[in-house]
Amino acid sequence: MHSSHYLIVGASHAGLAALAAIRMADADRELTMVAKDDTLPYSPTVLPYVVSGYSDPGRVFLRDDQYFKRERASYLRGRSVTHIDTDAHVAQLSDGTEIGYKKLLLATGARPAVPAIPGLGSVTVHVLRTLDDALRLRASLPSVQRAVVLGAGLVGIHAAENLRKGGVNVTLIEIEPQVLPGYFDAEAAAIIAQAFVDAGVDVRLGAEAVGVTPEGGGFTVQLADGKSLAGDLLVVGTGVTPIMDYLRDSPVATDRGILVDDTMRTNVSDVWAAGDVAQARGFYSCEPILNGILPYAVEQGRIAGMAMAEDPALETYRGGVPLNTCSFWGQHAISVGTNAAPEGAEVVTRTDPARGQYLKIILRDHRLQGIFGVNELFDAGVMWELILRRIDLGPVRESFLERPNVTARALMSSTWR
Amino acid sequence: MPAYNTIAFKPDRCNGCGDCMIACARAKTGSDDPRRSRIQIAPGVINGEFSLAMCRQCGDPKCVANCPAAALTKNFTTGVIDWDCSKCVNCLLCTVGCAYGGIVFDEVARHVIKCDQCDGDPACVRACSDGALKYITTASIYNEVGDLEDLFVPGLAGCQGCNTELLIRHALRRVGPDTVVAAPPGCVPGMGTVGYNGQTGSKVPVFHPLLTNTASMLTGIKRHYKRKGRNVTAMALAGDGGASDVGFQSLSGAAERGEEILFIVIDNEGYMNTGMQRSSCTPFGAWTSTTPVGRESRGKTQDAKNLPLLMVAHRCAYVATASTAFMEDLYHKLDKAIQVSKRGFAFLHVYSPCTTGWRFPSEKNIEVARKAVETNFVMLWEYEPETGLRLTHPVDDPLPVTDYLKVMGKYRHLSPEQIEHIERHIAENIRVIKQQMSGAGAPAG
Repeated sequence: MHSSHYLIVGASHAGLAALAAIRMADADRELTMVAKDDTLPYSPTVLPYVVSGYSDPGRVFLRDDQYFKRERASYLRGRSVTHIDTDAHVAQLSDGTEIGYKKLLLATGARPAVPAIPGLGSVTVHVLRTLDDALRLRASLPSVQRAVVLGAGLVGIHAAENLRKGGVNVTLIEIEPQVLPGYFDAEAAAIIAQAFVDAGVDVRLGAEAVGVTPEGGGFTVQLADGKSLAGDLLVVGTGVTPIMDYLRDSPVATDRGILVDDTMRTNVSDVWAAGDVAQARGFYSCEPILNGILPYAVEQGRIAGMAMAEDPALETYRGGVPLNTCSFWGQHAISVGTNAAPEGAEVVTRTDPARGQYLKIILRDHRLQGIFGVNELFDAGVMWELILRRIDLGPVRESFLERPNVTARALMSSTWR
Repeated sequence: MPAYNTIAFKPDRCNGCGDCMIACARAKTGSDDPRRSRIQIAPGVINGEFSLAMCRQCGDPKCVANCPAAALTKNFTTGVIDWDCSKCVNCLLCTVGCAYGGIVFDEVARHVIKCDQCDGDPACVRACSDGALKYITTASIYNEVGDLEDLFVPGLAGCQGCNTELLIRHALRRVGPDTVVAAPPGCVPGMGTVGYNGQTGSKVPVFHPLLTNTASMLTGIKRHYKRKGRNVTAMALAGDGGASDVGFQSLSGAAERGEEILFIVIDNEGYMNTGMQRSSCTPFGAWTSTTPVGRESRGKTQDAKNLPLLMVAHRCAYVATASTAFMEDLYHKLDKAIQVSKRGFAFLHVYSPCTTGWRFPSEKNIEVARKAVETNFVMLWEYEPETGLRLTHPVDDPLPVTDYLKVMGKYRHLSPEQIEHIERHIAENIRVIKQQMSGAGAPAG
């Protein structure tokens, strides 16, 4: 049986950040990375652009073979982990082989959560999580005339935009009364949704698909309000769920994801988890939350890697803050922090409907809780630090509300430059 | 990993004129719109100092880690984080990763923009007339010197935090293998230059003259090689004691004769190797083991001898003072001194703070060296007979000298009167240097 000191399962942002962090502290010990896809590493986030043809599928890879050679890491592609024996420190792979490890990182990510809608299994459903998904969806586009997209999260709205740009009639169905729930409030979401309506997308909010039936080469979707929609391409973007089947009968504690502490370690020694599969402490509530977004995959992967390599410079996880960026029809929306204003919070909003601008700032005890902008640019990374560091905005409150970005930069300059 | 050049910002020198932003916008977009500049200066929130938002070209960049499209990469040759327009998908996740406002969306260009240091000639730095922005190229010197052969032993016996190792190694790398080194008694041989147990500590011939005869012995060796037709650099690595006290007679003689010698003085203001006794280079008020601090004695009662100025009075072919806090300046002078030593006497006086003898934390050496210059306690200049004396790092707006005195133990006992004396001495020193400058190029009297 082959054995590797470090074993990283998963080859996207969390796994890659861990690899880099390990090699900063430990240049020598054997390291193996297992990738589910038979490709070089890539990011699920780039896939909508592969579908639209904006990104060349041959140029989206985050690392090349030279990289793994240089870092003295074995890169095993096209294999997933099927079982882990945490007592024996052995991982079983889908090709039947086994790998022993001293330290294991589970960065297996998430898979699309396809809702249990009657009839959904009887038609071709497209999801968008792997490069194969993207290429399949792209290949089907030339014959598509009417597309139905379930879910107006980031994947759903990206898919809807790119399909529409390809000349397809698109209906976007969202069960919540707004697009991008969780990241933006109703007002910001309305601006974003309007851009889709203006572009000719049929946006149905608060609409629930209750059944799907095949029809000719296509299908019909029945909605809860009795209406029905015909289409020949069905895309489902209704969220994701962590991949942790391989933990069946394992002592590794899970909830909605794999539970980890502030160093990304699970309850089992020598096993860490990071990225979309991990459920780590939330910044606001201290409860463990799933926070499946790219910047946190990087952050958690880095922390896990440092912990695995026993890097003395490790600083523990500061807790997860929801954040995201969203580009739509050439416009931009950025959200950093929680949209749920806690009790006693001060909420300041500013809108300029003519320019499609919206800004919302939530403060509590003079600390930034969240900042949200549509076509209002600010340094998301600087705001993120203001929240995590709980910087006292009391002395600069007026100027922060007036000119948040300039003030945030000045605070950055005097605090952590 | 190599070292990289970088753009440094000194907020205390910035007046917020915005010329850098306009220069950048012009260079990168052809417009005069400062919002399109890759460097952003804005009023800060404290002391009215200006704040800077610009790419730091991080060593472990989060913008790169956050990019889903492989559009950002750290260029390990230039150190710059490169952005590939043909791969960027405009998702702005890079801006989430950057906590410095270093990569931002340009509303006109409709994509993110970041500093690329203008291929080594930053437009913002050229536009800054106040010295607030500086393109620091010291890294290229380190890389270049790092490629040269290290002619000194790997291990040595210096005190922790001493900058003399840096001086020895880099001077030897720069001067090269065709060198004979004289290391009179002091810290330089004490650290291992002359070796232990019958083995030398350097890969070039090294000898250990007496404190008194360093320059005389080097004279003989240099003349011998010259007669044999060999082009060898004769280099002294001497302490201030060996150079300015009993060694001064032979030094003065060699300088007067114009011997082709490179004489480097590492001035730590005393006999630090033998127990921190005072030398003629020890400043007024300083504690040493022979100028103790007690009920009666309050440190040294005389001012330091200004040895480099004495060497100027010898009309040496080259005289310069240097500090390890200003390496570009030091390297410039080292190169020049090496070159001049092929035709005359070159004298390089390096101020070298001593962690042990001056009593400050071992990690503060460069900071102490920098404060000495920034308070005008020492001045950086160079002299050639043809062009006279010129300041290479003028400090027009010096820090109060107490900023320097308080960072070390040897001045902790100073009374206000003693500090006033030191202030007067600095003012006098400046006057003398200025006099020298005004007499530039004048024939020897």
